[in-house]
Amino acid sequence: MSAEYIAPDPVYGVIASFAEPEGLLRASNAAREAGFKRMDAFTPFPVHGIEEALGIPRTKLPLLVLACGIAGGLAGYLLQYYCAVIAYPLNIGGRPLHSWPAFIPVTFETTIIGAAFSAVLGMLAFNGLPTPYHPVFNAPEFGLASRDRFFLLIEARDKKFDAEETLRFLQQQSPLQASVVHR
Amino acid sequence: MSDHEHATATIADEGLIPTPILEPGHSYATVTDKISSIVLEKGVRKGWIFGFALSFALLMMLLYTLGYLVATGIGIWGNNVPVGWAFDIVNFVWWVGIGHAGTLISAVLLLLRQEWRTSINRFAEAMTLFAVACAGLFPLFHMGRVWCFYWLFPYPNTMGLWPQFRSPLMWDVFAVSTYASVSTLFWYVGLIPDLATLRDRTQNKFAKITFGMLSMGWRGSARHWHRYHVAYQLLAAIATPLVVSVHTVVSFDFAAGIVPGWHNTIFPPYFVAGAVFSGFAMVLTLAIPLRKWYGLEDFITAKHLDNMGKVALATGLIVAYGYMMEVFGGLYSGNMFEKYLVIDNRMLGAYAPAYWMLILCNIVTPQFLWSHKIRANPTALFIISIIINIGMWLERFVIVVTSLHADFLPSSWRMYYPTVWDFTTLIGSLGLFFTLLFLFVRVLPVISIFEMRELVEKTSSTNGNGHH
Repeated sequence: MSAEYIAPDPVYGVIASFAEPEGLLRASNAAREAGFKRMDAFTPFPVHGIEEALGIPRTKLPLLVLACGIAGGLAGYLLQYYCAVIAYPLNIGGRPLHSWPAFIPVTFETTIIGAAFSAVLGMLAFNGLPTPYHPVFNAPEFGLASRDRFFLLIEARDKKFDAEETLRFLQQQSPLQASVVHR
Repeated sequence: MSDHEHATATIADEGLIPTPILEPGHSYATVTDKISSIVLEKGVRKGWIFGFALSFALLMMLLYTLGYLVATGIGIWGNNVPVGWAFDIVNFVWWVGIGHAGTLISAVLLLLRQEWRTSINRFAEAMTLFAVACAGLFPLFHMGRVWCFYWLFPYPNTMGLWPQFRSPLMWDVFAVSTYASVSTLFWYVGLIPDLATLRDRTQNKFAKITFGMLSMGWRGSARHWHRYHVAYQLLAAIATPLVVSVHTVVSFDFAAGIVPGWHNTIFPPYFVAGAVFSGFAMVLTLAIPLRKWYGLEDFITAKHLDNMGKVALATGLIVAYGYMMEVFGGLYSGNMFEKYLVIDNRMLGAYAPAYWMLILCNIVTPQFLWSHKIRANPTALFIISIIINIGMWLERFVIVVTSLHADFLPSSWRMYYPTVWDFTTLIGSLGLFFTLLFLFVRVLPVISIFEMRELVEKTSSTNGNGHH
């Protein structure tokens, strides 16, 4: 008895390239209205309006940053409390051991460190970076996505995907180029 | 739309020709190619070799000095009792101050939606990182027993010791470490899309792999850009209070003490303004040669130099106000030690030449920046920016040394004289700074490429950019 091996679809999706962000936005809106859901765009800089056009949900990153900032602040404060009140109490000029005004600068800095690190590491983690390989790099002239071309990709796993139909749909959006992307 | 006009904001004063922040005629492709060609060109230019060799020689001098210092002790410097802090702390504060402009340009100008920050923020942020690296040397090496530096951090140890958190010197440890790490993160995150651009443009196999690894497989996905953009804005919002807090904590090194001339509530805002002042002066010092030698005048335009001159003037006026408040406070306080310090010590005492040079460099010289013609002249701006930085170094010297050499008890008064090793450490730190800058200019894009593309898009409807 052997388990059946289901090979992944050799086609990753279809991709079209545009010279200007407006062309990409028109095509993305058209694709969303046509019912496609599994889409992505590849651009040399963030394009305004692309999130609505592709239906990208707002990220939860700010919540994470807030939580980690608060955690950092608490950690810094508790560290100082532990050191100054419990572990190594020193009588400095008769001031109380729990001298909270003096604890503020370090607490502030640890809040910042918590927030900043979580913003960067969270962004990378949510983006799934580093990703050494991705099928979209096989698309023709994809190197220009980091220069002056705007790409729209519709993935094969989209329910409405059909290699020829979807390719024809993209060609109707008057791109510079449209083709199939293989894995 | 108003934000399209914004990018070609004009200077209406003196009826001169309006200048844009990006010269017309550029497209996404041309800005990408121009900036990346500096990195991807084969070989090294003669001028670069010369500058790098000079900086590296100074770096070697620093290395020798630090080796001798650790082997022999702080006695090779001129520090004595009562002047326990001298060039070491002056240099520390000077370098940290210089770093602040980079963060201000990257973070604060981003939040204020000032588009002119776009072409200067990358190398300004690099300047910050390298300045903080130089700054960090001084608290480390001025310790004497440098190998015990880790005792400053709160870690469980066999001595049963914990740091004393009520000390500004401890606050400094956290503030400067946080500043260094957050600046590095901010700079690196900003670089990721540009590293991807270089990965895609380079023909050199080794460069392709290196840029590929460093760019982490960035592909410009809209989903990624969304999170990236949010993270970038958050980092800017976090870095803004950070930059204010770091130099405030540095000012607390002085203000929290009772020494006459130090124990002043004006110190935090005065130091922060002074940091921005010297930082912008250093950005000018770097931007003017950079744009000339690498042909970047289309991106770092006359408008940028004009704006930077204005910021330097504004912060210079705040610093001048700080000096006036110090004198006023000393006189109005009725405290004989403060009064002695501001008049008899600083203005008329042994270090009076340094004080009056400082007034000349920091109060008189920036007044030339009121003139639009001077702000439009790169050579004049370059000279003024160097004078400002010398003045800011002198300011920290005057603050530290005049207060320490003659404080409360005349029997404790003693002169301070720097030794040759004080100078080699200072000049050597300049060597470290410039070595790092020359390396940066050679291997990384000095201007943020993706942000310049965004600027091309924003200005495309007004001055013919973008469409081709």
